[in-house]
Amino acid sequence: MSAIPFIWYCLLIVALCLYVLLDGFDLGVGILFPFAPSEESRDLMMNSIAPFWDGNETWLVLSGGGLLAAFPLAYSILMPAFYMPVILMLFGLIFRGVAFEFRFKATKGRSIWSYAFHFGSVLAAFMQGMILGAYVTGVQVAGRSFAGRPFDWISAYSFMTGVALVFGYALLGSTWLVMKTEGVTRDWARKCASYVLAYVALFLGIVSISLPIMNGTIRKLWFSLPDFYYFAPMPLATAVLVLAVWRQLYRGSDTSPFFMSLGIFLLGYIGWAISLWPWLVPFAVTYRQAAAAHSSQMFLLAGTIFVLPTILAYFAYCYYVFRGKVAQAGYY
Amino acid sequence: MLGHLDPVLLSRIQFAFVIAFHILFPASTIGLASWLAVLQWRWMKTKNSVYGDVYHMWLKIFAVAFGMGVVSGVVMSFQFGTNWAGFADKAGNIIGPMLGYEVLTAFFLEASFLGVMLFGENRVGRKTYFASNIIVAAGTLLSAFWILAVNSWMQTPRGFRIAQNGLLFPVDWKQIVFSPSLPYRFFHMVTAAYLTTAFGVGGVGAYYLLRNRHVKQARVMFGMAMIMAIFIAPLQLFLGDAHGRNTLEYQPEKVAAMEGLWKTQRGAPSILFGWPDQKDEVTKYAIEIPKLSSLILTHNLNGLVRGLDEWPKNDRPPVPVVFIAFRVMVGLGVLMILTGLTALVLYFRKRLFDTRWFLRWCEVMSPAGYIALLAGWCVTETGRQPWVIYGIMRTSRAVSPVTGLTVALSICGFVLTYGVVFGSGVHYILKLIRKGPEAEGEIYGSHGLSKPPLITDPASKKDS
Repeated sequence: MSAIPFIWYCLLIVALCLYVLLDGFDLGVGILFPFAPSEESRDLMMNSIAPFWDGNETWLVLSGGGLLAAFPLAYSILMPAFYMPVILMLFGLIFRGVAFEFRFKATKGRSIWSYAFHFGSVLAAFMQGMILGAYVTGVQVAGRSFAGRPFDWISAYSFMTGVALVFGYALLGSTWLVMKTEGVTRDWARKCASYVLAYVALFLGIVSISLPIMNGTIRKLWFSLPDFYYFAPMPLATAVLVLAVWRQLYRGSDTSPFFMSLGIFLLGYIGWAISLWPWLVPFAVTYRQAAAAHSSQMFLLAGTIFVLPTILAYFAYCYYVFRGKVAQAGYY
Repeated sequence: MLGHLDPVLLSRIQFAFVIAFHILFPASTIGLASWLAVLQWRWMKTKNSVYGDVYHMWLKIFAVAFGMGVVSGVVMSFQFGTNWAGFADKAGNIIGPMLGYEVLTAFFLEASFLGVMLFGENRVGRKTYFASNIIVAAGTLLSAFWILAVNSWMQTPRGFRIAQNGLLFPVDWKQIVFSPSLPYRFFHMVTAAYLTTAFGVGGVGAYYLLRNRHVKQARVMFGMAMIMAIFIAPLQLFLGDAHGRNTLEYQPEKVAAMEGLWKTQRGAPSILFGWPDQKDEVTKYAIEIPKLSSLILTHNLNGLVRGLDEWPKNDRPPVPVVFIAFRVMVGLGVLMILTGLTALVLYFRKRLFDTRWFLRWCEVMSPAGYIALLAGWCVTETGRQPWVIYGIMRTSRAVSPVTGLTVALSICGFVLTYGVVFGSGVHYILKLIRKGPEAEGEIYGSHGLSKPPLITDPASKKDS
């Protein structure tokens, strides 16, 4: 069996993971936006992510494009299945995306674009969470296409995962702000982070317990021996990280809460990816069944192995250029 | 009644709407990114701060246009699946990798270095800053290349085989990427983007000159725009002609629809204006020039031109749309060439910057490029119908298993969202134009901050 589909499966998981981590913090900043202590804080918050949001969002385009390129069958089943939440997510991303430029150009309409930024971010995060929840509960497939109904994605469970992801992104956003700002904004962000952390811990607990209960395959994966011993450290490490973030926030550390929060997300994400292995459309199509023609996967892979490290390098460079705290003064 | 909504028609309307909206912004940013690089280069070379002022003003407009291009572009990458799952499933093996390359080689490049371009002027060295501008400009061109490679393959598919279940498999990637219509389409489109920007910028320059505002900066804008009109507008005529002849070879019924020609004939006339009647299969009220069509298309007065009657009715494109859009595009192209010629005459009479009627004319012409661009896409995309992949897959087979009602709802959402976003975007761009360029040194980045927004590390300021 060719290893290429597996490589693409891993690459896609990495691309989506980078999207969740990177756009996660800038969506999180949008989620917290109206709660900031002052208009000046809001300017700082927006400027702390303005140079990055566009690049961060490109990982979503890569995840979508990569899915089409490497697993067209999965793409053509999942997109119609999540037609409405995907389009609603896009509306959210549109409003928050243009708000970056419009808010600074507006004089009278400033607060409108502040709200567009906030509600757009919340809508995008919530819809991503709902898609995630609906995804893990499975998609109806007949032949080579989606066979469910337009509202299959709405359930109490997907609603819960939607709310969970909004809180999750808010954690990344608030710890990012702790790292990038100073003074009142940082103090406020730190307080936010500690509140949000409690909810994140709660939702992580609910999801970790409910997934194995709802689904027999996932239950067997996590709780059968000897796999249990390999996987058991993951929830433990997550719990340790949650406590560590709490402690670092309390001790007044600026940078470690952000990176530890990324760690929490990463562990949660890996746990999710392991649970769904090897499904690409749960529980109907595996990544091997959905794989594109060998020649297609090879054609794109040949370029990707050179281009992807280059992208990561200049991505790192751009983060390096805009390193450090956002300055306090200097706006009109 | 709602049960009878046709998802195919509605998906086509939605796709046409979101892509027409989207293309306006990449077209602007392809032209602007390259022009901004030229401005920076002139600025560095001449040390004349007027170039810097013009650069900073248009950088802000570029940022707004780019932002709208990005958000409407993200939509496009999902549309193939949400609305055209049949197409994505059958042709994913072929179009997928090309779209993948667009993201990998172009989008990341543009998105990352755009940040440096907009906010990094005081954080990186002069050369690095200029380099990021060049990189962004190159990114826009790369992106155009890949997306046009996909489009060209859909118009003139090559290098694949069809499996039993209708799935398309790649056979020769060189043939797929460089399909027969790609070179023509690419140069025609990039030139169109440059012209669109030139007429937009020229119109703004004329606006200032007429009102005696920012005269030094306005002369740069207007002068550079007229250089484009003088040299590039006629070039576009030749590129367009070459593209048309390529279409005649590979998609003859599209050309027949463009010409409004129903019957195959020798010495075919060219119809200047008229109304193609799809039912009676005749172009009514036609004003014709005898034999011109044969001359243009075959370069022979009595050349044989194929009419629409060679194709069964259900294989013909909707003729009126193609016919009218083609005339709009060519008409505007001719007006652009005439503008260039007039500018040349005025330049030699040393009256280019103060001939009021001409400045007013250029103001009126500022949206010409956008309209011509949309008309051109109308010609090529409507002219390809009823096929989504020419001769291989019908548009009706490409649609997703979604209900008409769902699509109708999403169209309403897109119209509302884009109405608000597009309206506001145009409003803010016009506001920036009314405000005009500012003297150098006061502003920082596209967000108009008076100071760098981030603490600058002195170590990073040294010229690289």
